[in-house]
Amino acid sequence: MSFADEPAAGENLPILPGHYSPGRFERVLRAGQFAVTAEIAPPDSADPAEVYARARDFNGFVDAINATDGSGANCHMSSMGICALLTRMGYSMILQMSCRDRNRISMQGDVLGAAAMGVANILCLSGDGVQSGDHPEAKPVFDMDSISALAMVRHMRDNSAFLSGRKLSSPPQLFMGGASNPFAPPLDFRPQRLAKKVAAGAQFVQTQYCFDIDRLKLFMAKTRDMGLHEKVFILPGVGPMASAKSADWIRKNVAGVHIPDSVIKRLAGAKDQKQEGVDLCIDLMQQIQEIEGVSGIHLMAYRQEHRIGEIVTKSNVLGTRVPWSPQDSQ
Amino acid sequence: MKAARDWSVRHAKGLHKLYEVLAWTLHLFDPVLRRIGYERLDKPFARVEGLIKGFLFDSQSCGQCTLGSTGMACPMNCPKTLRNGPCGGVRQNGGCEIKPEMTCVWVKAWEGSQQMGEAESGLQVIQLPVDTRLKGHSSWLEALKARRETSA
Repeated sequence: MSFADEPAAGENLPILPGHYSPGRFERVLRAGQFAVTAEIAPPDSADPAEVYARARDFNGFVDAINATDGSGANCHMSSMGICALLTRMGYSMILQMSCRDRNRISMQGDVLGAAAMGVANILCLSGDGVQSGDHPEAKPVFDMDSISALAMVRHMRDNSAFLSGRKLSSPPQLFMGGASNPFAPPLDFRPQRLAKKVAAGAQFVQTQYCFDIDRLKLFMAKTRDMGLHEKVFILPGVGPMASAKSADWIRKNVAGVHIPDSVIKRLAGAKDQKQEGVDLCIDLMQQIQEIEGVSGIHLMAYRQEHRIGEIVTKSNVLGTRVPWSPQDSQ
Repeated sequence: MKAARDWSVRHAKGLHKLYEVLAWTLHLFDPVLRRIGYERLDKPFARVEGLIKGFLFDSQSCGQCTLGSTGMACPMNCPKTLRNGPCGGVRQNGGCEIKPEMTCVWVKAWEGSQQMGEAESGLQVIQLPVDTRLKGHSSWLEALKARRETSA
């Protein structure tokens, strides 16, 4: 898919009236189309070819790619680096910016740098604690939190100034997002927290892995009661589990991932657990698409990125629409 | 101290009222305090405040108290010092992602704010990032100054 005003790869789209960013992702959502985003696993390498190879799995299947920022507090190539490489190729990038590793001086500099490189979307996160990663001895920064970071980015974009008040000669044109975990306590607070993120500037939100449709439905019902689904695009997160064993490991060891016993049982009972994990992910996507107020799906297919095409195609969540791939810009 | 901290959250409503009365009383003494000089008063005030709030809330004396908007649970006890709500890492039993043996500060804050009532709880107020220069200073005097500036 390409737009009528599609620029050359690496250049931004014109910003439409009522839009905030020069990006493809905001256009797809505001046109009322069901969107798919996916996380790219950053390599432990300085070789750009590895990044390009990983991005190829997404060609024609996703509307935007999340560049993770030291997820799980593990060291990898930076989200800025990934975005620098892939925006040049024309990919629609979501820069993940966590508050764990940098203070407000560094974050504001990164916001300007990212926007200058053609990043049109930013996702502000608090970040996983350093204890969960490969450098547990590191100093956690947390000068900001996800909500004050959102408010800061919005201030830069809408008031064209740093937090200090010093003016910017050109503000960053960004479509702003946050994360939500409808599956972690205090459950009743979660819709309110989403409301707070929206008040701080979030325009889209991606959630933690969803394996519990009932809990998601409760969350969405509350969200609709509060009218939030009309103010923010909600993309629940899903992903294929490689086996019952790995799903069990994840729920015990990865912060904030809630996997009911029924899911573990379904995987354990299958002949081909890996395929069952993919099928379960597809089932979840179809069920999620039916929920009122959902605008898309966020795929986290860690180490199974090569199966994204199969998952998106089989789920049919995009219907006949084919998202952008690099040849569309040529 | 956990017992005192839990007690404070259970009595969030009463403590919040008490806090407001205290602020109002201090406000009456503002002319006297001003004559003595806020700067001279900061150290003794911070010491008293630190003792009381340290005992009741395990206050970390950040100097920009949000207790009134966080169900009387001090958010600076969150290992990520999150001041606007819980992170996504809270365990299914309400335990903290980083310190599993500790109940998430925001699970407590939610309990406290339910006591105080939705409107009064102030949970929806977006908290700005902390000014690290104020750490160890008296937030009561800061609040008093802010109160005077807004009423002036």
